[in-house]
Amino acid sequence: MDLKGELQKKVPQHPSFTNFNTQHQQKWEDPSILDYSTRIEPPFQAFNQNSQTQSSLLCNPHNQIKVPIQDGPVNESLQASKVQDWDPSAMLNNLSFLEQKIHQLQDLVNLIIGRRDQVLGRLDELVAQRQQLITADLTSIIVQLISTLGSLLPSVKHTLSASTPSLGQFGQFGEVVFPSGQGLNDGVQPQNAGGSKVSEPPNSVEISNNSGNEQNLIIEEHELKDEEDTEEGENLLPGTYEILQLEKEEILAPHTHFCTICGKGFKRDANLRMHMRGHGDEYKTPAALAKPNKESSSEPTLIKRYSCPYVGCKRNKGHKKFQPLKTILCVKNHYKRTHCDKSYICSRCNTKKFSVIADLKTHEKHCGKDKWLCSCGTTFSRKDKLFGHIALFQGHTPAIPLDETKGSNRPSDRGDANQATNKVGIMNFNFSSNVSSESGVQSNVDVKGGIDDPSGYFSPLNFDTYNFGGFHEFPRPPFDDSDTSFAFLLTGFGNYTQKNRQD
Amino acid sequence: MKKQKHEFLGGFNFNPFDLLSEEIIFMILDLLNRNPLDKKSFSLVCKSFYAAESKHRESLKPRLQEHLPAILCRYPNITHLDLTLCSLVSDASLSIISNGYASTLRSIDFSRSRLFSTSGLFGLALNCKNLVEIDLSNGTELKDSAMAAIAEAKNLEKLWLARCKSITDMGVGCVAVGCRKLRFICLKWCLGVGDLGVGLIAIKCKHVCYLDLSYLSITNTCLSSILKLQHLEELVLEGCFSIDDDSLAVLKHGCKSLKSLDVSACQNISHNGLSSLINGAEGLQQLTLAHGSPVTSSLADCLKKLSLLQSVKLDGCLITYDGLKTIGNWCVSLRELSLCKCSGVTDEGLSFVVTKHKDLRKLDITCCRNITDVSIAHITNLCNSLTSLRMESCTLVSREPFVLIGQQCHLLEELDLTDNEIDDKGLKYISRCSKLSNLKLGICHNITDEGLIDIGRGCPKLLELDLYRSAEITDMGILAIAQGCPGLEMINISYCIDITDCSLLSLSKCSRLKTLESRGCSLITSLGLTAVVVGCKELTKLDIKKCHNIDDAGMIPLAHFSQNLRQINLSHSSVTDVGLLSLTSIGCLQNITILHLKGLTPCGLAAFLLACGGLTKVKLQAAFRWLLPHPLVEHLEARGCMFHWRDKVLQVELDPKCWKLQLENPMP
Repeated sequence: MDLKGELQKKVPQHPSFTNFNTQHQQKWEDPSILDYSTRIEPPFQAFNQNSQTQSSLLCNPHNQIKVPIQDGPVNESLQASKVQDWDPSAMLNNLSFLEQKIHQLQDLVNLIIGRRDQVLGRLDELVAQRQQLITADLTSIIVQLISTLGSLLPSVKHTLSASTPSLGQFGQFGEVVFPSGQGLNDGVQPQNAGGSKVSEPPNSVEISNNSGNEQNLIIEEHELKDEEDTEEGENLLPGTYEILQLEKEEILAPHTHFCTICGKGFKRDANLRMHMRGHGDEYKTPAALAKPNKESSSEPTLIKRYSCPYVGCKRNKGHKKFQPLKTILCVKNHYKRTHCDKSYICSRCNTKKFSVIADLKTHEKHCGKDKWLCSCGTTFSRKDKLFGHIALFQGHTPAIPLDETKGSNRPSDRGDANQATNKVGIMNFNFSSNVSSESGVQSNVDVKGGIDDPSGYFSPLNFDTYNFGGFHEFPRPPFDDSDTSFAFLLTGFGNYTQKNRQD
Repeated sequence: MKKQKHEFLGGFNFNPFDLLSEEIIFMILDLLNRNPLDKKSFSLVCKSFYAAESKHRESLKPRLQEHLPAILCRYPNITHLDLTLCSLVSDASLSIISNGYASTLRSIDFSRSRLFSTSGLFGLALNCKNLVEIDLSNGTELKDSAMAAIAEAKNLEKLWLARCKSITDMGVGCVAVGCRKLRFICLKWCLGVGDLGVGLIAIKCKHVCYLDLSYLSITNTCLSSILKLQHLEELVLEGCFSIDDDSLAVLKHGCKSLKSLDVSACQNISHNGLSSLINGAEGLQQLTLAHGSPVTSSLADCLKKLSLLQSVKLDGCLITYDGLKTIGNWCVSLRELSLCKCSGVTDEGLSFVVTKHKDLRKLDITCCRNITDVSIAHITNLCNSLTSLRMESCTLVSREPFVLIGQQCHLLEELDLTDNEIDDKGLKYISRCSKLSNLKLGICHNITDEGLIDIGRGCPKLLELDLYRSAEITDMGILAIAQGCPGLEMINISYCIDITDCSLLSLSKCSRLKTLESRGCSLITSLGLTAVVVGCKELTKLDIKKCHNIDDAGMIPLAHFSQNLRQINLSHSSVTDVGLLSLTSIGCLQNITILHLKGLTPCGLAAFLLACGGLTKVKLQAAFRWLLPHPLVEHLEARGCMFHWRDKVLQVELDPKCWKLQLENPMP
């Protein structure tokens, strides 16, 4: 099997591990590293499909935690969506999803049982990590199951909306499943304090922080992509084109053949042709049902444009300044990028997340090659951006990659311990504001990363790296005035999330 | 009162030096600066003198890092530490320094040292809070992390990073952020540094007054922020090829505070770019445009408004007549003009220039091969206040005008007449320049002892004399010089084939002699060498290549008396293993060239190399590379010694006249 394939397989596995952190400490027998590798053994295609569906329902714990912060916008859009009707096809979809999930769960449990005896002789720490990850995965699946089941309840029928499926999901959590989510969160903390090796306070902070930043990141990327997707020069008058709106499930389905009339997707062209019969008699002819090698007739067809099913989105037909999407592919990418969970994490940097696998691949081409790091923990893809940042702020300084520090230290005849402290010292200096605590953690992460420890990838601390990376990818302007605004934003986050936790 | 007490005690235990207060001793010591040996002798007088000298000394140049702990005990008040003689400085040594001189050390020089790393520098920067100067030049192995360590030296004002090729913008960025007080930065040859790093320095270090950016690939992006520096006085942009007219055209304003600008070897800067670069820099005093675009009237025109200009260097440029004429029409009177190796300098042009710039103090017309007696006549008539005239290889100038130099320019201190037609008559007049301290008469075949005797009589302040291949010189001339110029520090009598031991005997009276080059003087023997080394205790550099008659008998006294010897060339002499081994007692010896020694065996060489701990550079015949045990070579290299393997076949000595002819090939 080639490397690429392997990568693809590994990548989607990560989100569930990292997203969930290490809060659930359970007394599983320690699975070994081998477990992990076998777990990603299932053939690529099946797996891919799997992951697609997984992300199709925005119901992993990560999102759940996000919900409280999202309160405002969610409620608004909920009210907008309540009018709409419940879709039975969504329910069907959910059911098939449940089926898949249960299978997954079975596999996982089987694995754990199967590998139980291989763990002797493994490093304790590693084993603990594995265990946490497995646990996290299990929990994630279970939570997904619960939430999907919840959506099937007739009592919440009216909140489900065909046109805004994702919102429906959100709303669901907000109203019905949310308590369980909260309970989960609450229940986890004490457990963590008892069992987890990783220090507890940072963890709890991370969760809240992360969700806050995640939220912001999504908004930011949303805006960004919108700009990207804007079709230059296309000023179609309303009414001159036909607006089609795919459902969320359609968009996220791993289909390759789409109905040009309703946009429904199919895995096989033959299925599509069968479907087309429903659109009229002209599709029922033997010629139309035969394998297509003919050109579509030159009849004047109305230009088709697509609308995003997410209410409130600029690409949604309900938006004041609605900007339609050109193709189904555009819809798919737009929806995934903007309204879906970013479940593909770059396995190299462990910070960048993507919802479209192609984006991940593009990123991976460049990832790690030129990482320009500031002492505050912010990373830049371009050196000039880093220097612009440093020029702007007092006390920020370029951070020298650790491997270099290591390399140049080699000829030294001093003790290793000394070197290590030096390194940390170098990384840590120059912090004066309240950024310090965060970036302190950040530099620790880096130190850890520098040591060739595979378990480091799964360190919960990595979340902070991500936070910071995402946080600073804001468009520049908000930061441009002074560092005080920077500090303010940071404290703002802290307060906000804390409040939420108290609620 | 105190005096009485001492008189009372005088009977038992009176030490007259107790009357000298520490301040007085320190004042005396302040005056003992010329010769390092004086202070040594002083400290050896008695314990109290020893202690006083230890307390007084502030500057130190240790020879080996192994001595550092002892030095630390003896000298507690060192502020300036010059480690250029220690080729190896380990992190351990650095930590000794940084702990020992934590409060006193202000300046440290690593420009010739290696082995130390980031952690050592980090400790230094953290401990020595008063450190204001660090020279890390030639630290080719230093990485950005080392710069991050340097950035911890918050009070740093001067930093040399020349040839630190491995550092990048990131490292320089760290320094820029960390060392906000920097005033003096040299980034010459830091090839990894670009616009971003330099730009950040300009943004963060507002007090920079000296900036050397030679050979960096910087463009106008950082230049604009550099020119905004309020205190910038000296800017060196030598060989910055990426700066061109187009990018300079964007610059809106020059730097008002700029006093010195060097844009040598920037071929892409023409008068247009230059004028935008110096736009607003009315205070410019010194301008170097060497090896740049041709000096035309338009280029010279754009410099016209610089009313404070004192020094212009146009070395290696093509100069048109119009260009020279425009320079001559500037309203300022230059103090310094260098036209070294400029093509296009003619009598007419040069004469015009000197008629307007009568106040010239320094003039360099080296290799201006088209000028004749006319120019020299003009120069000597008009520029009476010249202190330095360099006119090597002005081949069309005949014998006569050198008389004029002696007649008109009495203030000359430096005179380079290498490869000229000057004869004894000329020297007779030049001997009127009583302030002359540096005289170069290499490849002057027309001069004899007679002229040199005049120089010896007239120029008592002579410090350096070059007689390379001036073959008519004999012992008489050298005797006159040795008698007339007691302060002589450097003399080159290479290939003056008639010179014998008598010359060396007379030179032994010049007790300050530091450098003696006597290549190819086959008449001198070990005896002469012995005489010199007995008399000239400060000898640091000795070149006796091709002195076939010098053998081991000369080496033994050399080793005994010349304890300051740093550099020696023994190639083609008759020295053998024995002589070489005796040299091991010279602790300072660092640099040795031993090619074509017939009596040298691999064993002797190996023993010498092992015993001579301070060696840093050894030139050997390539054959020894395979004859010496490889582990030995490795060991020596680890000790800080560099080997240069030479595989040159012995060349037959050319006829001295032939030399001249070779050099006389006219310029195309």
